Amino acid sequence: MTERVAATPGIYPLPDWAKGTLSDLKGHQKGDLLSGDEGGEIAETYDEVRAEFVDDQLEAGLDRVVEGEGRWDDMIAHPLTVHESVETGGIVRYYDNNNFYRDPRVVDDLGFSGDVAAELEAAADLIAGTDAGDAPLAATLPGPYSLATLATDEHYGDEGAFQAAIADFLAGELEAFPAHETLFLLEPSLVTNPPADGTEERATDAIATVAGATDADVVVQTYWGALDEKLYAHLVDEADADALGLDLVAGDRDDTVYNVQEYGATDSVSLGLVDGQNTLIEEPETVAERVEWFEGQVPAADFETTYLTPNTELFYLPENKYRAKLNALAAATEVLE
Amino acid sequence: MVRNPSANRAQFRPTDHPNESFLLTTVVGSYPKPKWLNRADELVEDPDSKFDDDDLEEAHDDACRLITHEHERAGLDTVVDGEMRRNEMVEFFAERIDGYEFNGPVKVWGHNYFDKPSVVEDVAYDEPWLVDEFAFTTNVAERPVKVPITGPYTLGFWAFNEAYPSTEELVYDLADLVNEEIEKLVEAGARYVQIDEPALATTPEDHAIVGEALDRIVSGIDEDVRIGLHVCYGDYSRIYPEINDFPIDEFDVELCNGDYEQIPTFQDPEFEPDLALGVVDAHTAEIEPVEEIKANIRQGLRVVPPEKLTISPDCGLKLLPREIAYGKTENMVEAARQVEAEIDAGEIDLDAPLADD
Repeated sequence: MTERVAATPGIYPLPDWAKGTLSDLKGHQKGDLLSGDEGGEIAETYDEVRAEFVDDQLEAGLDRVVEGEGRWDDMIAHPLTVHESVETGGIVRYYDNNNFYRDPRVVDDLGFSGDVAAELEAAADLIAGTDAGDAPLAATLPGPYSLATLATDEHYGDEGAFQAAIADFLAGELEAFPAHETLFLLEPSLVTNPPADGTEERATDAIATVAGATDADVVVQTYWGALDEKLYAHLVDEADADALGLDLVAGDRDDTVYNVQEYGATDSVSLGLVDGQNTLIEEPETVAERVEWFEGQVPAADFETTYLTPNTELFYLPENKYRAKLNALAAATEVLE
Repeated sequence: MVRNPSANRAQFRPTDHPNESFLLTTVVGSYPKPKWLNRADELVEDPDSKFDDDDLEEAHDDACRLITHEHERAGLDTVVDGEMRRNEMVEFFAERIDGYEFNGPVKVWGHNYFDKPSVVEDVAYDEPWLVDEFAFTTNVAERPVKVPITGPYTLGFWAFNEAYPSTEELVYDLADLVNEEIEKLVEAGARYVQIDEPALATTPEDHAIVGEALDRIVSGIDEDVRIGLHVCYGDYSRIYPEINDFPIDEFDVELCNGDYEQIPTFQDPEFEPDLALGVVDAHTAEIEPVEEIKANIRQGLRVVPPEKLTISPDCGLKLLPREIAYGKTENMVEAARQVEAEIDAGEIDLDAPLADD
């Protein structure tokens, strides 16, 4: 019997009140963004944001609770942009979106940071203090392949060495995380900017390095379309993932289904079912139908868990719509029960 | 297929123009708002303030008058009002088009947000968007007024599409509305309209959609009306030479920002519309010296002859301090006039415009 789990791969939009407050406290310019050593009112504001994110998820009834990454000014590049061995360069486009982040230029060895672990500790404490004190925590990290492609190497000097160093860095961060049920590794670059032919194994090795550093279930979340067939097969076999995350919203979902039919699947699967980049709110019944449609397309597969997720991070949305998406996902699992 | 830029360019040449050659000078559109106008925008939202909507309208009128005259003082051949009445390039128009709704700000980068609207039903023309603005500016201006309009591709793709089967279909409906607006502007006397499509730079593979939208935009618009297209910040090789097929008179580019590395892109095949070349950088807060801007203008002469070259900043100047924006504009005009004089004197080899004679 497949367990259906409603969850999100992190990075939420700041509440509107916090947008104004943090903008006033920090400023608008490149040099005003987070460096990881904030304190005082800025830290207190992020504490309030985090508490609101946790409440949003518990109220919606999600099966995994993430920290929400309100501090991640640079989206999934964040763990590098706050690192002491990284200098931030110009503002560069975040994929093909109308969003931008600071170019992280790695200039020295990537030692331990602990930035994300501290966020998760704070989220775990918040959850423990609620009536739902046993709600399972999920962690979010950029996948090593995407993080390497989003960054600039000015130290390691070789693409493979850089990717491996990023993977080791992320694995080191993970070891400091509090207990978590699931880890979402966000890997959009696997679709948008896939590894060159013959270098797939290097990417999957990097992912396996990170996945091997946690006892939690690891979801390698891909988005913005179907994976290349060969890369998909490599990921299923070599990435050490409990679940591959597959986008059923953007791109051609038939290609994704074909990959699963042709090359098999991980033991569990994560499905991008609600549109993280559109304010149109999907009905829970629609989300449930999409799950059943996918599972029906691959009858040979008997998934341990099917994660019901948005297809991308939710920071693209206005505050009210982000909450509505959480509710739709949680309600969809009830429809499926 | 390019429209007919040579048929509508001469009307912007001042009668007292000092040189035989004429490099049309213009601006992309937006300009820094006076600080007091930002304060006025806040005051009208303050329930404890006596500053009301009528006061704000007066403030907007004053600001538009001020910036229009500032453009004239800088010597521009064609002026705009600096978009003083506009907050953001999608939001302003979405507020005036039936079918959009607003749900709150979304992130662009860092702590910079915009109120990205959602299209929740078929879009429809409601009230005129820019006719009053144009009438006011024309009334206070002594030079021809250019009208910048956010293009349908950007109005479509920089919104959430909840209503249309595809955003492409939304774009075509929006293009019909832009056409309707331009017809009204032309009726009111407008002769120079610029379509702003920054979204094309993010998804250049959609140039065919923009081309189809432009066909709809210019449908029924006489050739004495100059139609420009502004696309900023991107890899132009992904939309060139396709833009030669666009029904426009002028293509406005941001190349100063990239030190003109992309100029060779436009040299082969031959560039067909007039080239509106960015010659000052909208993203640096230093005023480029006249000599430096003259060198930038010469880059444009590698692509088109002087009679097809328009001079403008890279992009809107709204994010700069106002005195910097003015300094750039003033130097830009001075540089254009000096280059004209040097062309007249035969001091610039138009076959090798970067060469020192």
